Amino acid sequence: MKSNAIVFVLLLGAAGLLLTAGAGPCWAQIDINIHTVTGPMESHIGNVTGYSQQGRAYYRRYCIGCHGPNGDGDGENAMWFDTTMGFAKPRDFTAAVFKCRSTPTGTLPTDQDLFDAMTRGFVTTNMPQWRPLTEDKRADLVAFIKSFSTKWETQKAGTPINIPPETPINIESILRGRELFQKLECWKCHGPEGHGDGPAASTLTDDKGNPIRPYNFSIGSRFKCGETNHDLYRIFMTGLDGSPMPSFADLIKPNDAWDLVHFLRTLQPLETPEAALWKPYFAAHGKEIKPIGPEAPGGGN
Amino acid sequence: MRFRLALMLALILLPGTAMLLLAVPPSSGMITGKVTYTGTPPKMKVIDMAKEPGCAKEHATDPVHFESVVTGPADALEWVVVYVSAGDKGSPAPAQTVRYDQKGCQYLPHVAVMQPNQPLEIFNSDGWAHNIHPMPKVNSEWNKSQPPGTPPIMAKWEKPEFIPVKCNIHPWMHGYFIVINTSHYSVTGKDGDFSLKGLPPGKYTVTAWQEQYTSQSQEVTIAGSETKTVNFVFKVLPY
Repeated sequence: MKSNAIVFVLLLGAAGLLLTAGAGPCWAQIDINIHTVTGPMESHIGNVTGYSQQGRAYYRRYCIGCHGPNGDGDGENAMWFDTTMGFAKPRDFTAAVFKCRSTPTGTLPTDQDLFDAMTRGFVTTNMPQWRPLTEDKRADLVAFIKSFSTKWETQKAGTPINIPPETPINIESILRGRELFQKLECWKCHGPEGHGDGPAASTLTDDKGNPIRPYNFSIGSRFKCGETNHDLYRIFMTGLDGSPMPSFADLIKPNDAWDLVHFLRTLQPLETPEAALWKPYFAAHGKEIKPIGPEAPGGGN
Repeated sequence: MRFRLALMLALILLPGTAMLLLAVPPSSGMITGKVTYTGTPPKMKVIDMAKEPGCAKEHATDPVHFESVVTGPADALEWVVVYVSAGDKGSPAPAQTVRYDQKGCQYLPHVAVMQPNQPLEIFNSDGWAHNIHPMPKVNSEWNKSQPPGTPPIMAKWEKPEFIPVKCNIHPWMHGYFIVINTSHYSVTGKDGDFSLKGLPPGKYTVTAWQEQYTSQSQEVTIAGSETKTVNFVFKVLPY
């Protein structure tokens, strides 16, 4: 009798063990294999240091669905991003080419640039803001993203471009900026009114050959790479690498770039100080101002 | 005694051979040949430059065609880069600048060859802006605007790579920067002819690259200052 009870308990225990053991392989099956190409990476965001070994788990949790197990932007959701509808494909981290940088075109962004891009997300795309993640986690993710390309081992991040203090906002500055918009042919893509409908707009493609739209200033306040005057300054000076937007850093003098910022602000449907100056000015002098486009000086004809 | 004799002999012979080696005239081996095609080449479309009226006007009487497969008389294939891909000991980058021009919304030349770290100067001869957008994978990609009347863009490439170049404003503009580790190269013209000069004796791999088709290679051994002939034939498809 007693030995029967012992056998029963043993059998029960064995069954229990088998059941829990059976649960093990289930976890292994959803443990997607991530393919990185470098050793451990670090990121430095202010006083915070990020570690790629930590970021790996967060990447699997939050990023892998779009950016994929190889970091090449080919996650299982990527096929649903319709570029013809203006939705950019997820970033391919293996190319180490990034849109939002404080550094010159052709250089790697700083850790802070990647951190800021992840934090603010990319407006008009499927990339959300990641503010809900702690700064530590975001720093870890920045470190982990760098482990998809050996360029992070062989190259240093570029030196951020120098941005002088903002010049005063006045009509003269806006008018000078408007001249730059005409002369540098920004309108060829962004359109004479900044609606993103210039003559070259419909044929633009990114590096992967996917259709891409020039920014339409009339739709809102945020840009892909920020929303402040400083962000706007940085965007056209450094260019958005991997996209058709080139760098103008060699062409516009540092102070003059503020003029272009001030003009671009008037193209947005916002109550900005620039718009407050421009609207009454344009109402009074609109007829004297030459419309932007191919007929104006610098239009190519 | 015998040792002394050997030493004397060595003293005479060693510098002698060294001088002989130094006195060898510059390498004069040569590989020449022709690049042709078999099959029906695709018809190159006329480029519609209506979106840049200035360029359209410039080519109004003599329209420009796409350049991805350009043929010449007697089945010759143009814009093929023929180069020594193995066997060349390499040489430092020449200081001579490679000139790349944008004129009439075209890249001149369509294919530019250079060595790593050789200076490259990009000009805009048009009266309107272009953006120069080389798209390397190994080297660093960049994208710069170049409005008319602005100074040339200075560049160089660190590593060997075949780099497509485009202008996003004028999407028909397509060119190549061919960065290779050899000074022995040739780009075929209308006649499809090429010649690789100044080759010292040795065994070489000669490769022919065409942007649309798979590259081809042949082994060539050069002895003395002989000239060897190799030809490349690309199979082309009409689409």
